[in-house]
Amino acid sequence: MSNTTATPKTATPPKSKAAKKPASVVRELTGSAAVLEAFLEEDVDIIFGYPGGAIMPIYDALYDYRDKLEHILVRHEQGAIHAAQGYARTSGRTGVVFATSGPGATNLVTGLADAMIDSTPVVCITGQVFAHLLGTDAFQETDVINITTPVTKWNYQVTDATEIPAALAKAFYIAASGRPGPVLIDITKNAQVQKFNYEGYTKCEHVRSYRPKPIVRKEYIAKAAELINEAKKPFIVFGQGVILGNAEEEFKAFIEKSGIPAAWTLLGLSALPTDHPLNVGMLGMHGNYGPNVLTNDCDVLIAIGMRFDDRVTGRLDKYAKQARIVHLDIDPAEIDKNVKSTVPVWGDCKETLPLLTELVHRKTHPEWHQRFKDYYKQEQEAVIHDELNPTTDEMTMGEVLKGLNELTGGDAVIVTDVGQHQMVASRYAHFSQSRSNVTSGGLGTMGFGLPAAIGAKYGAPDRTVVAIIGDGGFQMTLQELGTIMQFGAEVKILILNNRFLGMVRQWQQLFNDKRYSFVDITSPDFVTLAKAYHIEGNSISNRKDLNAALKTMLDHKGSYLLEVFTGKENNVFPMVPQGCSVSEIRLK
Amino acid sequence: MNKQEYTITVYTENQIGLINRIAILFSRRKINIESLNTSPSEVEGIHRFTIVINETEEVVRKLCRQLEKQVEILKAYYNTNEEIIWQELALYKVSTDEIAEKVKVERLLREYGARAVVIRKDYTVFETTGQREETDKLVEVLAPLGLIEFVRSARVAIIKNSKGFHEKLKEFELTEPGEEVVENEYLNDQDKVFSM
Repeated sequence: MSNTTATPKTATPPKSKAAKKPASVVRELTGSAAVLEAFLEEDVDIIFGYPGGAIMPIYDALYDYRDKLEHILVRHEQGAIHAAQGYARTSGRTGVVFATSGPGATNLVTGLADAMIDSTPVVCITGQVFAHLLGTDAFQETDVINITTPVTKWNYQVTDATEIPAALAKAFYIAASGRPGPVLIDITKNAQVQKFNYEGYTKCEHVRSYRPKPIVRKEYIAKAAELINEAKKPFIVFGQGVILGNAEEEFKAFIEKSGIPAAWTLLGLSALPTDHPLNVGMLGMHGNYGPNVLTNDCDVLIAIGMRFDDRVTGRLDKYAKQARIVHLDIDPAEIDKNVKSTVPVWGDCKETLPLLTELVHRKTHPEWHQRFKDYYKQEQEAVIHDELNPTTDEMTMGEVLKGLNELTGGDAVIVTDVGQHQMVASRYAHFSQSRSNVTSGGLGTMGFGLPAAIGAKYGAPDRTVVAIIGDGGFQMTLQELGTIMQFGAEVKILILNNRFLGMVRQWQQLFNDKRYSFVDITSPDFVTLAKAYHIEGNSISNRKDLNAALKTMLDHKGSYLLEVFTGKENNVFPMVPQGCSVSEIRLK
Repeated sequence: MNKQEYTITVYTENQIGLINRIAILFSRRKINIESLNTSPSEVEGIHRFTIVINETEEVVRKLCRQLEKQVEILKAYYNTNEEIIWQELALYKVSTDEIAEKVKVERLLREYGARAVVIRKDYTVFETTGQREETDKLVEVLAPLGLIEFVRSARVAIIKNSKGFHEKLKEFELTEPGEEVVENEYLNDQDKVFSM
């Protein structure tokens, strides 16, 4: 091996982080206890999990840590990871999951994929068969590392207890730093029971092959500011990057100085209060009229912490072609992935936004704002008014949201599942503070809502958590009512029941000639079901009962399930049909 | 944009399972890997993957970004064939009788730069290194003579303009996102930094 180009080995090595601790702090621990010690060091206070054969030693150790670590026994491992996601989204901390090998681990896959695409920090610990049995098709053995590779930011199999402190430190560091994501650590049973000399825990702050955030390049900031200052019709589209970067204040300062209208992606929702004068609404397939149409009219498009998902851009070759694009993102792989940027601003928006704010001119763009107002008026007349103030016999989802807004004042955490109710809730729910919207955006995981709401409540125990879920999605993970029953997470479950798999039905109506193929779904009596789990509930189908029922739900001490029957064949509008440009958005 | 051959060079940690993490980035996008080689690099403890694919530059550029995004990958870059010096190694097994009878061995060796690795009574194994056309030519010559076995290695490539990994890394940092190259102080000190 030629070593001529390599840096010569230095005589004085960098400070050794693996310095031996004095003998007095070295103690003998099992691998399992080392896992739990790592949790304490990382300030973990809650674990969502489900035991099983291959993770039993860890659960045995957990028995001794009961007073320091809360464990929520879910009813299915998918519930555990969605709960951890909900916890991470409302608390801003890393969610932690335990699952056993084999089916326990494979049941995490949906949640891992969801956390991966929505950049949610989660650390999953899975048990694994003894190292000597790996590859022998042992009982409950599955190749979880290879199964989860495409849906984890990082994963690693531990076969020796001495690796555990370092592996966990690395896991927590990678999960939460840079663009967050899920990490899975698979620990063989022998490593869990193995005793070793535990020399304490060192938090990981550096992995040499991993660069969590790119360095901010000032020349691009200057170029971006120049474009923004020249712009006559600048438009901001922002996503979850603002929330993940804890950059809500920096973001607000930027838009308030530049006076630029700002629209959010599904996951950017709640980063900016609903009533902020520069908040012009939602982007994408079921977003607001103005933001979609004017995307194809603005002259400078400033994308902040968002990734130009196809549900946001519609047809890509007709997306903002007239505009020059400034893209701020922490993940270099997102820049130019879908939309080519004129100025790439790599970096954490918490750092880049203040630099940009300093350089942009104070402006108000009144005429440009008026265009958004004009479009909003059109949308108000064609869609919003009737959705919120219907004259039909059947209730609309929109009026339920309107009633909810009036009672919560926009202070509640809203967790949604996937489908029509998700789009309606996102469009109409009011938010006064950040980290209040929890939904499955990128993966669109039906069944996400109920378990995520449980986790969201543990992540924000002082806040009201309302889980808005459709009749289809609720039936996918309703076993988690058992978790609520046992551990008492105060979740307000609001089922919007249209007796259809509504979003698919809407597409079948609009694009498949009303050929309603297997979207007619029946439901059990949800209130009786909740009662079986000792959860109070009510079901209404008349408008006159709505406000009282919502109030009872919110005022009730403890969890509550309210089912509201809504119009069977109501559609969500506006809509950008698939394959169309955002400016071809339909109001009906 | 037209598809052409690109050689992707990836510097990585030496980690079990990493090859899978790399391979699925290609298979997920339905890109066929023409050739893949993994070997040590000039820096101790750092491995080097050499991957050849046929794609447009845009796709290759995005792929390299996705590669670099992986936690255990330090750097990925792509080059056209003009920008690299590359070789493949091929082995040919033929019947010794046939060769002795029909071909002047010395001529064969000279013309194709082949080298006899093993000469036994029953068979002879030749070896050549070169580019695809060169190794293919010898197959053509040997096929009528009863080629018993043929195998060719993956491509290995050296980047013409690179001044080694450290220099190349610095060069990339100028135009690409990334922290200052301070991390290089760790490169030869794997055991002293947080790493597994």
